[in-house]
Amino acid sequence: MIVRLISGDTPRSPVLTALLLLILICLAGAPFIFEGVRALDTAARICIFIVLVAGYDLLLGYTGIVSFAHTMFFGMGAYGVALASTHMGRGFDALLVGSVLGALAAIVLALLIGLFSLRVRAIFFAMITLAVASAVAVLVSQFSDITGGEDGLTYKIPRVLTSANRMGEVMGVKFTGKTLNYYLIFFSSLVLFLLLLRIVNSPFGRVLQAIRENDFRAEAIGYRVVWYRTAATCMSAATAALAGSLFAIWLRYVGPDTTLSFEIMLDILLMVVIGGMGTMYGAVLGTVLFVLAQTYLQNLMGAASHATEGLPLIPDLLDPDRWLMWLGILFVLSVYFFPTGIVGRLRGQQST
Amino acid sequence: MTAAPDHRPTFADVSLGERLGKAMPFLLIPILVVLGFFAIGAPSSWLTLTVSGLAMGMMIFIMASGLTLVFGLMDVINFGHGAFVSVGAFIGISVLIALGDWTGATSLLLNMSAVFLAVAAAMTVTGALGWVFERVIVKPVYGAHLKQILVTVGGLIVIEQLIHVIWGPDEIFINRPEMLKGAITFAGAAMEKYRLLAVGIGAVLFIAMRMILRRTKIGLIVRAGVENGPMVEALGYRLRVVFIGVFVAGSALAGLGGVMWGLYQEVITAGMGERMMVLVFIVAIIGGLGSVEGAFIGALLVGLLQNYVAFLEPKLALVSNIALMTAILMWRPQGMLPVVKAK
Amino acid sequence: MSDPILTLKAVHTDIAQYHILQGVDFEVPRGEVTMLLGRNGVGKTTTLKTIMGQWTAKSGEILYDGQDLKRLPVSARARAGIGFVPEDMGIFSDLTVEENMVLGATSGPLDPQRKEWLLAAFPALGTFWNSEAGNLSGGQKQMLSIARAMAEDRELYLIDEPTKGLAPAIIATMANALRELKAQGRSILLVEQNFLVAKALGDSAVVMDDGRVIWTGAMAELASNKDLQENLMGLSMEAH
Repeated sequence: MIVRLISGDTPRSPVLTALLLLILICLAGAPFIFEGVRALDTAARICIFIVLVAGYDLLLGYTGIVSFAHTMFFGMGAYGVALASTHMGRGFDALLVGSVLGALAAIVLALLIGLFSLRVRAIFFAMITLAVASAVAVLVSQFSDITGGEDGLTYKIPRVLTSANRMGEVMGVKFTGKTLNYYLIFFSSLVLFLLLLRIVNSPFGRVLQAIRENDFRAEAIGYRVVWYRTAATCMSAATAALAGSLFAIWLRYVGPDTTLSFEIMLDILLMVVIGGMGTMYGAVLGTVLFVLAQTYLQNLMGAASHATEGLPLIPDLLDPDRWLMWLGILFVLSVYFFPTGIVGRLRGQQST
Repeated sequence: MTAAPDHRPTFADVSLGERLGKAMPFLLIPILVVLGFFAIGAPSSWLTLTVSGLAMGMMIFIMASGLTLVFGLMDVINFGHGAFVSVGAFIGISVLIALGDWTGATSLLLNMSAVFLAVAAAMTVTGALGWVFERVIVKPVYGAHLKQILVTVGGLIVIEQLIHVIWGPDEIFINRPEMLKGAITFAGAAMEKYRLLAVGIGAVLFIAMRMILRRTKIGLIVRAGVENGPMVEALGYRLRVVFIGVFVAGSALAGLGGVMWGLYQEVITAGMGERMMVLVFIVAIIGGLGSVEGAFIGALLVGLLQNYVAFLEPKLALVSNIALMTAILMWRPQGMLPVVKAK
Repeated sequence: MSDPILTLKAVHTDIAQYHILQGVDFEVPRGEVTMLLGRNGVGKTTTLKTIMGQWTAKSGEILYDGQDLKRLPVSARARAGIGFVPEDMGIFSDLTVEENMVLGATSGPLDPQRKEWLLAAFPALGTFWNSEAGNLSGGQKQMLSIARAMAEDRELYLIDEPTKGLAPAIIATMANALRELKAQGRSILLVEQNFLVAKALGDSAVVMDDGRVIWTGAMAELASNKDLQENLMGLSMEAH
């Protein structure tokens, strides 16, 4: 049953299985295991980013093409929910309409970009997605009467999903609408992740991998490479948009910095590569590690920076704000030495 | 010996359409300038915008030239190219700030000496950094585009962060040297002195680059290498050495572009290079990856169009570049001056 | 014969997963024209590319002038004195004829006397000296490719099917040029499908089949023995 649920794609490593189970349990029980609003917020972000990153892995790891527009699609889903909630008023219908329209818009745009650039030359795709994504970010901040500009949009979600909705206590923990909201996020993310696992393990997913390995041969065998790559782009975009919708439902706020910025795009790249490209489970480990690093590595670096205060340069290198630099170095090293990331290591695969 | 075979010259057969096709990209610039004139209406505004468009285009060209040649020669796509722009800006601006007495003086000689030293320092450092970047980051991933994109993005992140380590997290504001401030008025149009200087530098560099590529043996090797690297090697040239030279020169030019862009904006940030990459890529793509002349035309088109559109409909300025790119790729999917690649 | 310019000993070359050269042995004597013959797809082009270094020999020895080339990069082999005319000619079509020729002279400027000689041998090149090489006809490109390899005085020339698809007049021009080259004491290893050219130019012949050398000997012997041709190449070369 479980094996079927994960489409027969087992972790293939005892340590990896244990880690994944641990993460699943922690996320499933987050409202009861961890205390405080911040911990729940972190857990929700982890859920959402796992989907976002796994959707990116479909493109990068399985299809072998680099996109810099993943946050743009993420933002489209988020703004979809935000705009629908603003104009239709609070309600589940607004959330649904916003999510669906956001995902559809993402698919259409992905289709256009894909057909346009992948048809010519796969290398164009990375550059063109970068250009389009930056243009969209500029548009969003400039058309502020619609999008709220740099300030973003704040809106109301159904009351049932807010902390104002007190539902009593479960196991000694207050169960509010916020908790319910968390489970909406959690289960939606879980379903989306399992769906992605299904896609990459389907015949379609296997064709994608064949194309990644050798696109000439795949084309020669008779697969229409452009079509498959574009389809993967659309699926990846739709996943990103849905993750964005979940993010918007959770935060009750969208703004360019939280959904569209290039920094988030870099974060996603780091998570996929460090976790392990082309494994799906890498998205889970990469995301968890990254979010934890974002929180705890910075504390650790702060302490180290403090301890080395007297020395030249070293405190600056260890400054908590420089944590991205160390992740960047880790990222480059992973691409060279562990192209299959943590998951690949755990599975003991030969790095190529 | 037999007589030379009688071959009819094939050149007379090159049709008018074919010739026009080759010249068309070059004609786009005057066409755009004329269209801009009618769309804007006011000649003085048009002149001002044209100068600033050209200035912007020249600076983008300086940054893009190295990237496009590096791709043409070795099929290497360097997403970290923007890091050299940022580093160049920070080095150059630091030198200018250190030479505050020279830049503050109302002497053109002192001002220009300071700028020259700043540019020299920036280009030296970014050139050296380019060499290290090629050895450490790019060399291990020749021939693998996916990994190239990933590691060069990683290199970009690390270098940007190092800028923060060295210069602190904040942006740095700067004043242009005294004699480069202000504008001169011509036919009722105000043209900033600095922009005119930028146009001059860009034009000189483009001509110099063209001369090197057309008239020197190293230029021939580069052009031949873009088309058919293996044959260049089979004739006895070490293409890798040439490539490293081009990479270093391209990095140094990006550094120069960084200083110029910093003085243009009068503010520098660690992320400026990353943001410039968007325009640099658009220019390289629409020019035809590997073509210096294509990048030049592309850069001027982008600069002019963005300035005209910014005047006519400010909100659409950046989107205009995407529209331009889409239009040009629909017309010529490989860019305006596609590079012939031997298979 | 005692001191060949080039010696291949048990050379094996793989291309991707395919084992193309399966132990190639032969010699190219100094100052002679050696024909490399065989049906299509038996490894002649791969042999030339392996000598040049464009494919890496997996094992065996490639001795040029007594020195093993195997570890040298392509460019070093060229600088050691090997000229290469590839099957696809390798013309730089964006460059002019002159620029192509200038690049042919690797170690310095194009020697004026040599240029004069080459233009006399290939007059068409002079006509189009300042034009883009991409606009030349197929035969003119082939002449340019050979002239470019000869722009510098090299010891050994590897030439891959220079006469393919060319008119007889051009073939004659080319054969003359190669004869002049030989008269200067240079060595040539020539892959050729055209039997008349092979017979006219070749001193010795090396016949390959299935990635191996199956016969070596004097060109005259092969040319006069139709049965041998049938045996080696599955058909009489006269038939071409």
